[in-house]
Amino acid sequence: MLETTITRSNPLVDPSLAVWSWEIPVYLFAGGIVAGMMILGGLAMLRIAKGDDPRTFFSLHTPLFAFMLINVGMGALFLDLAHKLYVWRVYLTFQPDSPMSWGSWVLLVVYGALMASALVRLPQAWPWLGRRVPVLQTLSDAITGSPGRMRLLGWANILLGAGLGIYTGILLNTMVARPLWNTGLLGPLFLVSGLSAGAAAMHVASVFLPRRPAPEGMLGGAISALVQQLGPEPPERRTVDTLIRADIAFLAIELVLLGLVVVNLQTSSASHAVAAALIVSGPYAWAFWGVIVALGILAPLALQWLELDHRIPHTVLPALLVLVGGFALRWVMVNAGQASHIVHAAGL
Amino acid sequence: MEHLSRRRFLKISAATFGAAAAASHWDPLTRAAAAAAADAPPGVKTVPTFCEMCFWRCSGIAHVRDGRLWKFEGNPKDPQSRGRLCPRGTGAVGSYYDPDRLQKPLIRRGARGKEEWTAVTWDEAFTYIADRMGRIKAEHGPEAVAMLNHGIGQFFLQHALKSWGAINFAGSSFAQCRGPRDIGFALTFGTGLGSPEPTDIANTNCLALIGEHLGENMHNTQVQEFAQAVERRIPIIVVDPRFSVAASKAKYWLPIRPGTDLALLLAWCNVLVNEGRYDRAFVEKHGHGFDKFVAAIRDNTPEWAAEETGIDAATIRATARELGNARPASLVHPGRRVTWNGDDTQRSRAIALLSALLGNWGRKGGLYFAAGMKVAPYPLPKPPKSDKPQADNPDGERFPFADEGITNGIRDATLTGKPYPIKGWFVYSTDLMYALPGPQETLQAIDKLDLLVVVDTMPSEIAGYADVVLPEVTFLERHDQLLTGYGRQGWLSLRQPVMPAPHDQKPNWWIAKQLAAKLGIPECLPFKDIEEYLRFRVEKSGIEWETLKREGVIMGPPAPIYVEDGAALAFDTPSGKVEFWSDQLAAKGFDPVPRYTAPPKPPEGFFPLITGRAPVHTFSRTQNNPLLHGLMKENEVWVNAATAAKAGLKGGQYVRLKNQDGVVSNRIRVKATQRIRPDTVYMVYGFGHTRKAMTNAYLRGASASQLATRYVVDPLMGGTSIHSNFVTFVKEA
Amino acid sequence: MPRFGMVIDTRKCVGCMDCVVACQTENDVPAGYCRDWITTEVRGEFPALKMEIRSERCNHCDNPPCVSCCPTGASHVADPGRVVLVTANKCIGCKACIAACPYDARFVHPKGYVDKCTFCHHRTKDGLDPACVAVCPTHCMAFGDLDDPASTVSTLLRTRAHHALLPEAGTKPRIFYLT
Repeated sequence: MLETTITRSNPLVDPSLAVWSWEIPVYLFAGGIVAGMMILGGLAMLRIAKGDDPRTFFSLHTPLFAFMLINVGMGALFLDLAHKLYVWRVYLTFQPDSPMSWGSWVLLVVYGALMASALVRLPQAWPWLGRRVPVLQTLSDAITGSPGRMRLLGWANILLGAGLGIYTGILLNTMVARPLWNTGLLGPLFLVSGLSAGAAAMHVASVFLPRRPAPEGMLGGAISALVQQLGPEPPERRTVDTLIRADIAFLAIELVLLGLVVVNLQTSSASHAVAAALIVSGPYAWAFWGVIVALGILAPLALQWLELDHRIPHTVLPALLVLVGGFALRWVMVNAGQASHIVHAAGL
Repeated sequence: MEHLSRRRFLKISAATFGAAAAASHWDPLTRAAAAAAADAPPGVKTVPTFCEMCFWRCSGIAHVRDGRLWKFEGNPKDPQSRGRLCPRGTGAVGSYYDPDRLQKPLIRRGARGKEEWTAVTWDEAFTYIADRMGRIKAEHGPEAVAMLNHGIGQFFLQHALKSWGAINFAGSSFAQCRGPRDIGFALTFGTGLGSPEPTDIANTNCLALIGEHLGENMHNTQVQEFAQAVERRIPIIVVDPRFSVAASKAKYWLPIRPGTDLALLLAWCNVLVNEGRYDRAFVEKHGHGFDKFVAAIRDNTPEWAAEETGIDAATIRATARELGNARPASLVHPGRRVTWNGDDTQRSRAIALLSALLGNWGRKGGLYFAAGMKVAPYPLPKPPKSDKPQADNPDGERFPFADEGITNGIRDATLTGKPYPIKGWFVYSTDLMYALPGPQETLQAIDKLDLLVVVDTMPSEIAGYADVVLPEVTFLERHDQLLTGYGRQGWLSLRQPVMPAPHDQKPNWWIAKQLAAKLGIPECLPFKDIEEYLRFRVEKSGIEWETLKREGVIMGPPAPIYVEDGAALAFDTPSGKVEFWSDQLAAKGFDPVPRYTAPPKPPEGFFPLITGRAPVHTFSRTQNNPLLHGLMKENEVWVNAATAAKAGLKGGQYVRLKNQDGVVSNRIRVKATQRIRPDTVYMVYGFGHTRKAMTNAYLRGASASQLATRYVVDPLMGGTSIHSNFVTFVKEA
Repeated sequence: MPRFGMVIDTRKCVGCMDCVVACQTENDVPAGYCRDWITTEVRGEFPALKMEIRSERCNHCDNPPCVSCCPTGASHVADPGRVVLVTANKCIGCKACIAACPYDARFVHPKGYVDKCTFCHHRTKDGLDPACVAVCPTHCMAFGDLDDPASTVSTLLRTRAHHALLPEAGTKPRIFYLT
């Protein structure tokens, strides 16, 4: 029998840590989707470099979309900061031991890569800008016209995407104080989850974003460049099926990784086992089993399998479920992770 | 009375409680304080002064930084604190910055207790009071105005009222606290122990604590010496139904059944006597009636006591032997707040007898002889004599052994009008709604009054019923009566202002002087201001005023405090000896040797409620202090985990407690714990405030006093028991 | 350079929280927050009980995860004493250090930056004890240089049984509890 009382009652720290609420999960989720999109977009660029049709939705429009999402993520991160006016301090230093410092600098590079990638399609997406700043058109042509440059950009997207995806897990993983995060599988898990979420996000975008010829005006053009697909053509069926197939693979890997994470924690120290219990049988079990596993992985796996088998019509539902599950994964890991702590081993 | 109790007090159970978490803050919330800070010179200023957060009265040094009260540290020259204050002293800063302090004099508007006030000037307040007092005097005589007080600041007000003709004064420090102990010791050794108790914990080789929970009860010097005792690894015996902090440090924890301590004490005496482990030489030389005492306790064997106390006989023997082996440096702590069951004087006398058997009277490691310091008095005019007896204990007939005023005696007289009517109360610095058990009787008594004046720093419960509320400055803003301390060496401490009053609060001496002037007796306090008064006393005593102001503490001359160092043994009892058998008790029809009576059994499903202290709070005085409130916001009811499980209670949940008379408390959290007997519940008293004006303390926790509708009066000296109530749990809907 | 540490005698500590309130006044800790606190552990079943009372705070670890995770260098190790401090005007309030601390010793100050025990660096750099140590009525705390074999803290650690908190976290805490 052990009775522990602690007189401390600091806001956001007691009774259990809650310094991060929705903002960090949104940031990690947005980062994960962007990472997935960059990898998928990068892969498409490599194919284009080999001679595939460059006008496919997924190859060149995604950077603009990802650019938007990363802004949402960064916005959420900024909202989470408690000392906002000092945010610039991050870029006055580089702290090699700090994942967050790495992340901050990597994000700058990601921004650059995304902008370069977006540039490829920007003059067409936003004709007004293309006319006013002809150099953009020149740059765009220089990239699209050169398979070598395209390949380079593709690899940059893939590598940065992988880095970003793993980083979102590493950020949590390095914190020894929170046993739930202390598994090396967290990075790969978040990466794969990001890939499936990235594919799902593009799938959803392909369905919901309007298809019209790019408007000519300044404002309309700017907005449509961000929220509109290029041209009236829907993505090719083949491309969509490829996405679905890829997503099935991602989800399957994610399921395996998730299982490994749980087993890994349960078979580790008492603290880790107690942490695993938080999500497996504790207060976060409903979200873990119900939302992440059932709704977010198993249901879309089954639905997409049936879709490919032409037993049910194509819908956007599986993609939406994947997105819900992807966010839930980050939300649960961030919140349950904060609630997890090292179990006192020290005796009297 | 009906409207009072119905309106607020007993009805508390029906009130709806949001327990709105008022944001607590201790920043200067008043313009005056802020302005004072703005005008102040930058830098740190230090002012020595003695503390009033409790009545141990340590001396400290207040630090003011850039005009802001920064911190209050112990004065290294002070024998009480030895440079280290307790958490309440350290938290004194919060009492200055408490946003809920009384700010202006208030006169009641509308029905008593309605808490509708008119803010008035001091002059208007004094005029009102003097007018009412005049009318009471004309109709009933000046004896009909009584004063109930607790604090060193009571002195000048008392003197003003005495000079006006009042004769009824009482502090709850006697009949609600240490009175039975001092009487029990006086009946045995001829003298009480006083405060601070001369317990030589620093040198003792065996220490027994009976309910005394040092460490939670933060009497500074004793706690410091207790920690030394723990470090020295001497055998410590803690007798407590609860696994107190002290119990956790002890070699023996005796989880006694509440109310049976006297059985244990008699059994200890029995073992010491039967095994010849007592101080035979001391007893033979100084004892009176020892043979009769031995005969009286013959049957109080450990086996007998085991039945009563729940402590097995072997443990009783072992602990008695520990005490005997270490004598005379063997100490049974006489306790301080000892009004538990109504037989407390006799229980204290048993401790005194045990001390006598251990021969620790005046011995190193026992009870030393406290030394004082002579300080000249100020020649105040003598108050007039009254031909009436004191109302609380007329001619000592009600409570033959009381030697101080009895608060509940004054309350009784107010209620009954006997021996004569009491029509006015001055209440200084004590919240009677918490200090006295039987709060319903306090309200009934208030209903009989023509005048209730409350002088306090905070809007206490009792102030809610006042006709006139006079806001006093805190101890950090005032001069006060000199403290002449008794201890291993006598000392003198000065209280002096550290900060300006943030509003229209005034110090007690000023209030007394103004009131005296209004009553037409300005000559009773014939000094211009208190500095003149203090300076006179200090300089007359051969001490430089500036030195005292600078040092805060001046030590008196050393004097022998142990018999082995030449201190003389003398017993001011009728026999001139240590009275193992008390003829004076026998003459008044009391047991000449303490005799044990079993405590009443609780009704089915009820538990005896025992109470104690928390280290960060004093009585009901500090719950609103923003700093101390932050350390402990509410009390908890301690319930043994097994008992809680049986009752379907979870740790941390809120319940209400209902006592045997149907009074239901405010909600209180359950502490389901192994640290208490399964048949007993415990709470820290002083919580459960019901005045909204106390924004931090309002409806935080439950009040033990509210549940103390039943109490037993100690027939020897008028003390009121606080552990006579039984409670059961009422689950929150 | 000294390496400051603290040794706390749990046998003497009564858990009175004087250390807590002394810290609050000394350091103007905002209301509702604390940089140090009391933990009580009770083991056993009535009436066979054992209790340990500890005054806890930032452990000023030799291997501080709060410092390594800080993206701006606001959390840093300072001399004298190798104590862990936070520079308020470098802190962006990302709270990573709060999550990284196994002792939950840090919090977000109402002004936005992360705050915690400084071992009263403003006092200890001048040779004074931290406020919590200086106020303790039981004298249960000792403060000093762990690298100086003659210091009180080193002597106590040599002569008394002790433990640190969560050594398995690998942070190498510098507060030790005598048992």
